[in-house]
Amino acid sequence: MTMPSLAIPRPVHPTGVWGWVTTIDHKRIGILYGVTAFVLFVIGGVEALVMRAQLVQAELDVVSPEMFNQLFTMHGTTMIFLAIMPMGAAFFNYVIPLQIGARDVAFPRLNAFSYWTFLAGAIMLNGSWFLGGAPNAGWFGYAPITGAAYNPGHGIDFWIMSLQILGIASLAAAFNFIVTILNMRAPGMTLMRMPLFTWMTLITAFLLVLAFPVITVALIELMFDRFFGTNFFVPGAGANPILWQHLFWVFGHPEVYILILPAMGIVSEVLPTFSKKPLFGYPVVVLSGLIIGFMGWMVWSHHMFTVGLGPIANSVFTITTMAIAVPTGIKIFNWLGTMWKGSITFSTPMLFSLGFITVFTIGGISGVMHSQAASDAQQQDTYFIVAHIHYVLFGGSIFALIAGIYYWFPKFTGRMYDELGGKITFWLVFAGMNLTFFPMHFTGLDGMPRRIYTYDSAMGWEFWNLTSTAGAALLAVGIAALIYNVVSGWVRGKQAPGDPWDARTLEWSMSSPPPEYNFAEIPTVTEVDDWWASKRRKDAAPVIAGASEDEGHSIHLPQPSYWPLVVSVGLLIGGYGLIYHYAVAAIGLAVSMVGVYAWSFEPVNDPDEGSGH
Amino acid sequence: MPKLKRRHLIALPALASLAVLASCTPSNPQSTFDALGPVAESQLLLFQVIFWAGVVVFVIVMAALIYISVRYRAREGDGDPEQIHGHKGMEIGWSIAPAVVLLIVAPWTIYTIFANENSPLPPEEGGLVVEATGHQWWFEFRYKVQDRVSEEVVTANELHIPVGEPVNVDLVSKDVIHSFWVPKLAGKVDMVPNNDNGLWMQADEAGVYAGQCAEFCGVSHANMRFTVIAQPPDEFDAWLREQAAPAAEPTEATPLIRLGHDVFVTRFGRETPADEDVQGAGCNACHRIEGTSARGTSGPDLTHFASRATFAAGSMDNTAEYLRSWLHSPEEMKPGNVMSRDGEVFNSPTGLTEVQISALIAFLRSLE
Amino acid sequence: MATAAHGGEHEATTTGLNHRKMLMWAFLGSDCMFFGSLIATYLVYKGKSKGGPQPIDVFDIPVTSVSTFVLLMSSMSMVLAYSALTRGSLKGFRIWIASTAIMGMTFLAFQVFEFNDFVNYEVHFKCEEVGTGSLTEFEESFSDRCVDGVDEVDGIHDSEGNNLTGLTPKTNLFGTTFFTLTGFHGAHVTLGVIWLLSIFFYSFRRGRVTPERHLDVDLAALYWHFVDVVWIVIFTVVYLFGVFEGF
Repeated sequence: MTMPSLAIPRPVHPTGVWGWVTTIDHKRIGILYGVTAFVLFVIGGVEALVMRAQLVQAELDVVSPEMFNQLFTMHGTTMIFLAIMPMGAAFFNYVIPLQIGARDVAFPRLNAFSYWTFLAGAIMLNGSWFLGGAPNAGWFGYAPITGAAYNPGHGIDFWIMSLQILGIASLAAAFNFIVTILNMRAPGMTLMRMPLFTWMTLITAFLLVLAFPVITVALIELMFDRFFGTNFFVPGAGANPILWQHLFWVFGHPEVYILILPAMGIVSEVLPTFSKKPLFGYPVVVLSGLIIGFMGWMVWSHHMFTVGLGPIANSVFTITTMAIAVPTGIKIFNWLGTMWKGSITFSTPMLFSLGFITVFTIGGISGVMHSQAASDAQQQDTYFIVAHIHYVLFGGSIFALIAGIYYWFPKFTGRMYDELGGKITFWLVFAGMNLTFFPMHFTGLDGMPRRIYTYDSAMGWEFWNLTSTAGAALLAVGIAALIYNVVSGWVRGKQAPGDPWDARTLEWSMSSPPPEYNFAEIPTVTEVDDWWASKRRKDAAPVIAGASEDEGHSIHLPQPSYWPLVVSVGLLIGGYGLIYHYAVAAIGLAVSMVGVYAWSFEPVNDPDEGSGH
Repeated sequence: MPKLKRRHLIALPALASLAVLASCTPSNPQSTFDALGPVAESQLLLFQVIFWAGVVVFVIVMAALIYISVRYRAREGDGDPEQIHGHKGMEIGWSIAPAVVLLIVAPWTIYTIFANENSPLPPEEGGLVVEATGHQWWFEFRYKVQDRVSEEVVTANELHIPVGEPVNVDLVSKDVIHSFWVPKLAGKVDMVPNNDNGLWMQADEAGVYAGQCAEFCGVSHANMRFTVIAQPPDEFDAWLREQAAPAAEPTEATPLIRLGHDVFVTRFGRETPADEDVQGAGCNACHRIEGTSARGTSGPDLTHFASRATFAAGSMDNTAEYLRSWLHSPEEMKPGNVMSRDGEVFNSPTGLTEVQISALIAFLRSLE
Repeated sequence: MATAAHGGEHEATTTGLNHRKMLMWAFLGSDCMFFGSLIATYLVYKGKSKGGPQPIDVFDIPVTSVSTFVLLMSSMSMVLAYSALTRGSLKGFRIWIASTAIMGMTFLAFQVFEFNDFVNYEVHFKCEEVGTGSLTEFEESFSDRCVDGVDEVDGIHDSEGNNLTGLTPKTNLFGTTFFTLTGFHGAHVTLGVIWLLSIFFYSFRRGRVTPERHLDVDLAALYWHFVDVVWIVIFTVVYLFGVFEGF
């Protein structure tokens, strides 16, 4: 008895669309992640704009209440799982191997699988608009309103399936980056010589690996309740709906740091580069990141101060939540220390990083306000919370991600963006963001609950809602400017040198964009910011490696593969099958299994396909 | 140039911070800045302390950011700055400083947590207790028999309490999670199925306080409102007595009122005793009116409907015009509501006829 | 410098640990959180069921002990398979890995029978035992069946003869949490069996499973031992704690 031969040849240097579909090059996958996430970011933004239109005045009827509920659910889920997380993944993919001196990630095909599975999850979630209605229970879907008794229809099913699929994508990516960062560093790059972005990515990957299974279980339980009539969240059977909240937030709070730590990493790259100084207190910044990652597991119940956990639990979580502000504060002060006595250039990435510090500080301070369980009772589930979450996720994560887009733009595209356009973009986005979200502090303290589709004119909330909507319009203009700036730079920007910023880390030691094999010769690292230091060494100023014709021919790169895509497609079919018909689910499972087997037996490097071109 | 920009950077949030207190209009019905009871006051005080501490931190960070940005901006002919990797003293300083600030605040917040949790006059010591039940999408208030309440009183969306006394509220949910929130009196506590939650609150002044469900609970979450009516104790006791009485036989029961009564208690589709041309609407399947045969429990108790200032979960004034629109098309007035979803008459092609509506309005408005 | 970017069995890594091995450890860490959450759910709802059979009604500790023993033994045979391979005995390897898979399937068979038993559970008791304390709470709840002339309750059925006392995932919180937790463990075992069988059959292709390529087997073994350890936790927390008081 022998195995059937699965020796389907690997695709050989495909070009065009097929080249992108079968690619396992981390740089191309990074770009796929980034572009897809940005498109979804725009979709989530449009959803927000519709909500702002509905709320611009009291008692409007722009959309129906049911539609409004779908909009805020989709907006939250999209922005968190389909925009910020994959945008982070885009940077992990593109930048990490370059920063640590590797030719690719540890598992290039798994990397492709992560992307396609993420795309499958995005399709599953957004497809719900056309298949009977989107999910409508908020992004944290508190039981029992997500149960079949209160929520018939498929909206919640799509939400469950898409989050499960996205979970698989995130886990696969996190495994990959843990192994890549721990195992593929260039000689001499000890942990404490790693760039900060790499460090924060490593912590993020560990958080993902440990946090995602918890929501997977919560979603499985909800799915079983809906599909098979189990009782996990059915109060009539004695179930306690608080269980969902615990499971959700045990995942959900580390998730917050999954969203913000990469952003902190990006800022920790940009500030030293544009201040021409090393990161101030590198070990402390790393340590505070580790502490944040660790303590992120001890604060989840601060999302639940009003569910009646009792004064002791509320006190404990008040203390832990206040404590987590300390390492966050340390980071902010160290960033200021980095700029101190530096030589600061205010390029667009720097402006966004400074904007990040400003706005994230506000978000951090309002976070400390929420940590006080007693006074949080007045703020929980109001627009004050909406303001806070947007100050940390928009002002925090998104600002840093935009800083990252501009910072690495020359590296990604090989072209320069228009600096004036970048600065205009920053001021538009910065003003729009504050104009939109700052007034929400007022509406919240004035008693406006979140997730209401309308309000009474007698409540006195109209002025600040009008302001927020005006801000949202300005923000939309800012994002449009960003898109214009990026696209025009990509299409007709001038040629970018390898190291336009006189930067400090290894990704700048090669041409822009980098050659397919990244490093012609793997560098040897002797200190933090090795690239900066080696540029200053008088004896051996390095030459930026270019993608010359003859170099790299001897470097053996892994071949493209179809199978990651096949497995992802199988998952998507399986997801729809679980919702509509189990026979379809079986087909999906079969497709995935075929993909897994073919993947396992596919030679990593086709021996017949030599190393030459 | 950078100088100017740094200033812009600070100007917006700094101005906005200063504007916070001016911008939150305490006169607004749900403003948390107009605390009129001890619980809300302690929460407001704590918030203000943290707020000003936050403002100080923000100003320090921004001042440092602006100073550094201006002072150390790149100038032409700059060489590489000194490559400073850190400064132990500074790092230790800014690690400890925030911790100290938080340590100072912590005992206060914990004291407040416990103070707000423990009622100064719990039911065991004779404090008034009201059971508040969240339904999709309205609030039910039940005054069970206790020292002060000789006969059970049930009402909907209007919670009467005596001024100047701590009131204990037991929080219950019949379906999904809701949250009970009267911003001027106390912060919110959720109503969670299978969990015995509660809070206490006290109104220092007589008046009407707006409340609203604060946990997303479905289609009409935005319309799930209620009011708290704080009355001097003797007025409150009088109110309890009135409510405990069955619906008073209207002294001048007009034929229209009688017809309304019959429409209310006659099963949907059957002809009413009062007028064979008018059919019943079967309201009694869900609503209860003490003193009549209406015994339904799934909808709001309407025994003293006419004594209430609002209806439909506090979202409409209790006037004949609003009542007419409501009975005509409840779905438009309060989307998703259970009455238009499950009420037989509203699922029939005709809905309520004009005659039925007029009769019902006359009847409901007679329920003093 | 024709170093492959990755993929080779013996490539140099920063930590010295093979990429795939490290991935497997990360995955197992993740899976710990998965089972941890399921077990936490089970414990949160322990004793909170409204009606329906309880652990004490349905569990048969001796039978489950046997299947537990079989699974433990399979771990041992997995160790022997790996050791045979590294010693170069492909034949010994095949015997031991096949026996591991067979023991895994035996465990699964036990689980299927057990699930079947629970779904078809019927209450049986003699009426004289009512109130003596020898009956479980669930059995006691049918004491009203003991009317004059009935001295034994033998199953509760509806008018069409359907058993009304079975334990399904829908019955109560115990059924819900028990079947989900042990079901997911069973799914892990099933996946492991498929994996082991795949390696077994693959070993018949020349040069595919060799002492030099022992990592493939090493990874499967790691997974298999993990699944085994999880079962020990489940057996203790769910079965033993469910039946013996004082835990």
